[in-house]
Amino acid sequence: MIDRYPPVTEEELHAYVDGELAADRRDAVEAWLASHPEDAARVAQWRAQADAIRARFGMLASEPVPARLNLDKLARGARSWRAIAAAAVVVAFLAGGAVGWMAHGASAAAPSRFDTFTAQALDAHGVYVVEVRHPVEVTGSEWPHLIQWLSRRLDYELKIPDLESIGLKLVGGRLLPGPFGPAALCMYEGHSGERFTIYYARTDSPQTAMRYRSADRFAAVYWVERGLAYVVSGPTDRERLLGVSQAAYDQIDKSAAQPR
Amino acid sequence: MGGFQQAIEAAIPALRRYARALTRNGELADDLVQDTLVRALRSEHLFHGGDIRSWLYTILTNLNRNRLRALARRPVLQAIDDNDAPELAGPEAGARDIERALASLVEDQRSALLLVVLEGLTYREVAEVQGVPIGTVMSRLARARMQIKAYLDGERPPLRRVK
Repeated sequence: MIDRYPPVTEEELHAYVDGELAADRRDAVEAWLASHPEDAARVAQWRAQADAIRARFGMLASEPVPARLNLDKLARGARSWRAIAAAAVVVAFLAGGAVGWMAHGASAAAPSRFDTFTAQALDAHGVYVVEVRHPVEVTGSEWPHLIQWLSRRLDYELKIPDLESIGLKLVGGRLLPGPFGPAALCMYEGHSGERFTIYYARTDSPQTAMRYRSADRFAAVYWVERGLAYVVSGPTDRERLLGVSQAAYDQIDKSAAQPR
Repeated sequence: MGGFQQAIEAAIPALRRYARALTRNGELADDLVQDTLVRALRSEHLFHGGDIRSWLYTILTNLNRNRLRALARRPVLQAIDDNDAPELAGPEAGARDIERALASLVEDQRSALLLVVLEGLTYREVAEVQGVPIGTVMSRLARARMQIKAYLDGERPPLRRVK
């Protein structure tokens, strides 16, 4: 038997499924499918795939849009980050930070605060932790003076946590030129000489979840609480860094650091 | 709010859906949508009419492509609590299967398929979004569908059995 129509191509089968087929070929394709069960089965599979995709993701479009995608707010240039409830210290490390990286490149989009602060904190960490004689400007033995001085320069009542309970002694701190004003760096040292730093800088984002980044030699955990960005940097031992960050967070949260 | 902003706002739910299916990560998806919106608001002067939805899909698709390129190049940003969902059974498992099957596609194929079947774009619109000829869109679709079928049939390409 000879088909009444020219043979149907695979492209036409896809176009048929997607509603893209020229109207004058529809009859031809349907006749083809009626006499070619293998192709009919493929068309049915493609439709089932599309149904499964729509069933899985379709309802997302009817979800309420989260506040951080509020267009008015975005239009005002306010980048509103998804806040975490301070009470439930859920250490949610967001893969979302990766998006910031992209903006870091040659693109026109401004790099995110996460990128800016974390990059600066990691740089400062790398420069100062190797210092033997002058790792800090004010030593930890002058703790009250250190807090007073850095708080004045950042115009923010800083909390410099006591991490002795997890084996870290405060070496001291220093002032840094930050991307948007002065920043502070406090250094801690463990029993075997490993060093951690906490970087502080004022920021306009109110609050963020914790984010993690690992670089070549060091890793960092970043979060924002009450308008202050914190970056805890240290060796690339993720669990340890997480522990240190959590301990620092708990103390800072407890003492409720406040803008002046 | 001007007509431009209103048109963008109306597209947000669909953008979230597309971004979520593209990245399979809700948080990342909303980051992507947020960056898309910021970019679009900033680039109003670059928008010379036409379908605003297609324009937004184009921005989002490009941002995601850049993100993947950057990830390949940059130090890895790891999620500490990898929220890998546990194995599921029943209808949930089917949903999980299609997600995994989508995850097995290369980016351009996944994007082409989602824009057509989920977002309802025409081949021509997808060609514009992806910046390629229509023929390329069609071959991406065909390969995507073949790959999904292979995945659901239990093969786990791109691993090939070698004798």
